[in-house]
Amino acid sequence: MIRWLQDLLNANLMAEAPAPVTPRSSPKPPVSARAEQGETLAKQLALVIDLNVCVGCHACVTSCKQWNTSGSAGPLADEQPYGANPTGTFFNRVQTYEAGTFPRTDTIHFPKSCLHCEDPPCVPVCPTGASYKRKEDGIVLVDYDKCIGCKYCAWACPYGAREIDEERQVMTKCTLCVDRIYDQKLPKEDRKPACVQACPTGARLFGDVKDPNSEVSIAIRERGGYSLMPEWETSPANQYLPRRITEIAGDTAESGRP
Amino acid sequence: MNPAFSVVVFTTIVGAAQGLVVTLALALLWGMPLAGDIVITTLIIAEGMLLVGLVASFGHLGRPERAWRAVLMWRTSWLSREVIILPVFMGIVALWWITLRMGIDSVLLPIAAIAVAGLLWYCTAMIYACLRFVQEWAQPLTRVNFTLIGLSSGLVLATALAALAGETRLVHALGPHALWVTLAAWAGRMLALRHNAALKHKSTLQSATGIKAPLLVQKSMGMSAGSFNTREFFHGRSHAMLRQVKLGFIVLAFALPVVLALWGIASGSLLPWILAMLVQAPGLLAERWFFFAQAKHPQNLYYQVVS
Repeated sequence: MIRWLQDLLNANLMAEAPAPVTPRSSPKPPVSARAEQGETLAKQLALVIDLNVCVGCHACVTSCKQWNTSGSAGPLADEQPYGANPTGTFFNRVQTYEAGTFPRTDTIHFPKSCLHCEDPPCVPVCPTGASYKRKEDGIVLVDYDKCIGCKYCAWACPYGAREIDEERQVMTKCTLCVDRIYDQKLPKEDRKPACVQACPTGARLFGDVKDPNSEVSIAIRERGGYSLMPEWETSPANQYLPRRITEIAGDTAESGRP
Repeated sequence: MNPAFSVVVFTTIVGAAQGLVVTLALALLWGMPLAGDIVITTLIIAEGMLLVGLVASFGHLGRPERAWRAVLMWRTSWLSREVIILPVFMGIVALWWITLRMGIDSVLLPIAAIAVAGLLWYCTAMIYACLRFVQEWAQPLTRVNFTLIGLSSGLVLATALAALAGETRLVHALGPHALWVTLAAWAGRMLALRHNAALKHKSTLQSATGIKAPLLVQKSMGMSAGSFNTREFFHGRSHAMLRQVKLGFIVLAFALPVVLALWGIASGSLLPWILAMLVQAPGLLAERWFFFAQAKHPQNLYYQVVS
């Protein structure tokens, strides 16, 4: 009763209002403020996905599901998990594409999750303010207590990164494991998104793309990192590293691949 | 997109109610022959339609009990603006009805009703037109057509109501306007269809994945039995059915009402107007269904193949 009254009164201060993000176990030091539309942030956490080494094992998918269904973003619905047509809410999917014509083809496994756009089109369209971008690290989140399940944000995402949870009827999406990466109770090496932790080939890099010396920035710079659907000018924070021709040591002739 | 029944009903019926109120307001300001009780009856019908629309809109929400929160983000969200303007419009219609019951006759409320109805059409259309990557919607004609189709349906409805009430003079006064606005709505919708037929989508599988190969196909979308992304954004109907719905709405929402209006104007008979309303209603629902079904969301590029 008091909560909704407060929300209504605070509506005018929406942009500055602190957004509650419940950490799993420990209190998170910085209070998450909302980024203004078009604001340039000093820090932007993101994933960089290396398509050259992703083997399509779906470990990131299951690990993401496990962490998030039992974390602050969950539980994530599973409908008929053992039936003929199992379906459910996932924040991360691995897709597979084939380039070229047989026999000269490339099979490319393509992990896909929220890109945490620097100019996220899903945020301004939200009528309740449930969708927001954090000022301190650029993570795009949904406040599940404020979401009315109108699905308009999903319509406003060209990447199909948001999935409604059919049981809770609120919109869900990748949180970059916000309840994990700051958790002081976890060993330092575990303070990264579950998908990054799970990847057996190291195809997922995590870090601050605004820091020019971070692993992700160096990878983007040196390996030709690119954004998805640049035509819509959403400035995705997540970027992808393209396939590259493997050089064979000692081989002076053309490499084995076309 | 997969048209949601709730949104189709909501936008169609509220649009028609707006058209009905605007017709009534303009008729009053114009000095058309309106009996007192026909104004009140029309306002009650319009308010009833708006209520039905409001209830339908709740059907689209996963958590309708939190719907009030949707008024908060009016600074950035067209949906939020619509959520504010709709009750304002309903309030004006109610106030107009109450003041008439109290015997107060003011031009202020009709003028306000026209202005707020215009604003509401604009907000509703902008909800779709502002999504720049849904190219079928992101065009100025979306705004024009929401308004014209709302006006046309309101005028046809108003004329039919006048015919049902036996107000022959009013039918003769409204009829020609119903005809030319329906013709204009028809033209606007055909232009939008032509625009969409010639549309070249900016996003391709190559831009969506960044894989440059000219020959690129999806082998797996990452799940076997679909997800929210396959349910919400694909209507799963055949091209043949879409063509039939398109033909159906052109005939029912525009062509037949125009023919019937011409018959009504030429013969002076009241029956064609009632028929026009009955024919146009399913046509309008089909039109709005097609509006959603025709929109190709770029996210669909990522969800082509199950394996």
